[in-house]
Amino acid sequence: MSKFDETPIIKDPAINGVLKPPKLREHASAEVRCYPSKPKDTAAIDLPTERVPDWQERAIAKFGELLEKNQALRVYMDICARCGACTDKCQFYLGTGDPQNFPVARAELLRKVYRRYFTPAGLFPDLGDAADLDEEMLQKWYTYFYQCSECRRCSVFCPYGIDTAEITIAAREIMASIGVSTKYVTEVVAKVYQTGNNLGIPPAAWKDNCEFLEEDVQAETGHPIRFPVDVQGADVLLVPPSADNFANTDTMIGYGKLFHYLGVNWTTSTYCNEGGNFGLFLNFANLKKVNARILQAARDLGVKTIIWGECGHAWRAGIMTPALNGPMDAFDPPYPYHISQYIVDMLHKGAFDGRIDKSANDDYLVTYHDPCNSARAGYLIEEPREIIRAVCNRFVEMPEGTIREKTFCCGAGNGLLTDEIMPIRMAGGKPRALAVKHTGANYLATVCAICKAQLPESMHYWDVPVKVGGVIDLLARALKL
Amino acid sequence: MEASEITWTLLSLFFIGLAYFSAFAFVAGLLWKLAVYLRTPMPYPHSLTPGAKTEGQAILRVLGDVTIFPNLFKADKWLWAGAWVFHAALASVLFRHLRYFTYPVPGLVLYMEPVALFFGSLFGAAILFLFWRRLGLPRTLYISNIPDYFVLVLLGLVAATGLAVSYWLHVNIVDVKGFIVGLMTFHPVEIPRHPLFLLHLFFVLVLMLYFPFSKLLHVGGILFSPSRHEPFTVQGNGSRSPDFMKR
Repeated sequence: MSKFDETPIIKDPAINGVLKPPKLREHASAEVRCYPSKPKDTAAIDLPTERVPDWQERAIAKFGELLEKNQALRVYMDICARCGACTDKCQFYLGTGDPQNFPVARAELLRKVYRRYFTPAGLFPDLGDAADLDEEMLQKWYTYFYQCSECRRCSVFCPYGIDTAEITIAAREIMASIGVSTKYVTEVVAKVYQTGNNLGIPPAAWKDNCEFLEEDVQAETGHPIRFPVDVQGADVLLVPPSADNFANTDTMIGYGKLFHYLGVNWTTSTYCNEGGNFGLFLNFANLKKVNARILQAARDLGVKTIIWGECGHAWRAGIMTPALNGPMDAFDPPYPYHISQYIVDMLHKGAFDGRIDKSANDDYLVTYHDPCNSARAGYLIEEPREIIRAVCNRFVEMPEGTIREKTFCCGAGNGLLTDEIMPIRMAGGKPRALAVKHTGANYLATVCAICKAQLPESMHYWDVPVKVGGVIDLLARALKL
Repeated sequence: MEASEITWTLLSLFFIGLAYFSAFAFVAGLLWKLAVYLRTPMPYPHSLTPGAKTEGQAILRVLGDVTIFPNLFKADKWLWAGAWVFHAALASVLFRHLRYFTYPVPGLVLYMEPVALFFGSLFGAAILFLFWRRLGLPRTLYISNIPDYFVLVLLGLVAATGLAVSYWLHVNIVDVKGFIVGLMTFHPVEIPRHPLFLLHLFFVLVLMLYFPFSKLLHVGGILFSPSRHEPFTVQGNGSRSPDFMKR
């Protein structure tokens, strides 16, 4: 961590809450790497358990296959002019100063190999534009494609809309195919197949948690609020991030109060009590397979519709459901449907008229962190704000350039929420911490379980005293049952 | 035949050959690349949001990208200014080159005569700015490789030699046009005997040859960037009216 810029952040009107690009510190984050995957996990998710012997040939073949199948990858390998517009946009460069975290530099790791094996530029490796896929390059891939949170902030500023997420996704897919992946991501995907959720909560424990919640909420509110599990024929299947049942219980209580108030017959499923899709961070096959579980659970329970909970990458995968897993015609529209959209629709219908006490949230000065996935991969920008404004009197925005489609990643998205790369997570969380500090808010609302796990740590690290919680948590506090 | 005559004949053959070769490589290479982009599918909808929700909005978005570079404007005002001036000046210079290819010459091309030097100089100045930017800023210096400098130097040489033969060591325009029209009608004639013009022509032909194998593919390639040309909606464009609500 000492190699990074450790200057404490301060509330300084001169810098307006926006982090300035730091001095270049070459190789500053080169040593921060995720633990490699374990054979028991990779075996469970149809991946090689160790690096395959002919890995170079296999990787190049996989690369060629992806180029044939993915227009984004194909076009983005060719058209970057290296103009540098993206170089000061990535939170991992802003935090570490490592120029290899420029989006363009990260993408060039893949492009150099592309040019070497798929274009005439490969004949002139000495010009610096083409490079062999050797051990050194593979190690760089493993390091820096797991220091990218696929958050797409750079693509908002690219004149050609080059989406580094597509490039990182391709690189991770190639690596996965030759047996190179991270422990965190593979472990989580394996847990989903085993237990139905990312945290590995067994069905019995899930039910217990829900019962505890019912008792707690009953004691607290006096209302018989239920957290139903595996209810056949329920109207709504809620697919929350499993962390809501375990760590972010205020968010879980929020769902319960909301559905109780609206009289909705809802349920969670122990086959699929997880929206978060770590397949997205690994390879296409697992992305599809994990997402298919949601439809399977919905069909098994015979629900009318599916609502996605407060989870960023669940929504990013969820909105692709019809493309990934086939039509959703069997369910009631709208689909896919996000809890924030649902609440806003209910607000518009007048379902909460006269039953919201905004002053219940007066102890909070609220600001809203747009999760990268919900804002830049799911159109969820206005809805959470509309809910917050409806249930809170005191709402303040972070500086322009750090919110909405220009939002910073929390610093741990898309496969990075693992403790061994804590230096990267804290450095990547710096731009967001500075923006929060600038507002003076004491409640940081967001709609993503990864953000809710990362932000308390990064805010504490950068000394920003703020409570992190969901948007629905605020609704639940203000709602008069 | 005198030795110098033989030299000019050989040079003519070289330039005629190179011109056809470069033109073929440029057109065929570009078309082939664009065809590859066109036929490559996306395995899932590209969901960079917020963005275009309809085909019409997506077309407008791409038109905007091609003409006014809005993303670059958001990213870096100086770079936007340099890049926009560069492309606009290049477009006007290329447009004015129609007078070497067409008969009769379009009225607008003739009308531009008084501002031609201005656009030509602006083009050169923009190249110098972009070159300075690559070398002068630590971040762009870090990401720049030989091909980045090569393209800028090549464009700079094209601009310098072009300005020189237009405003200083004048080339005979009738000879130039005769040569170009000869090439276009597949009845090639001898090259104009003007070394500086031949240098200009040489640099242009090298640029054309290099084009389809380089980052210059952003011309045309941008039309196939999924985050720009693909509209995306989550639930279609209709209003949401959930009907499973009980209360």
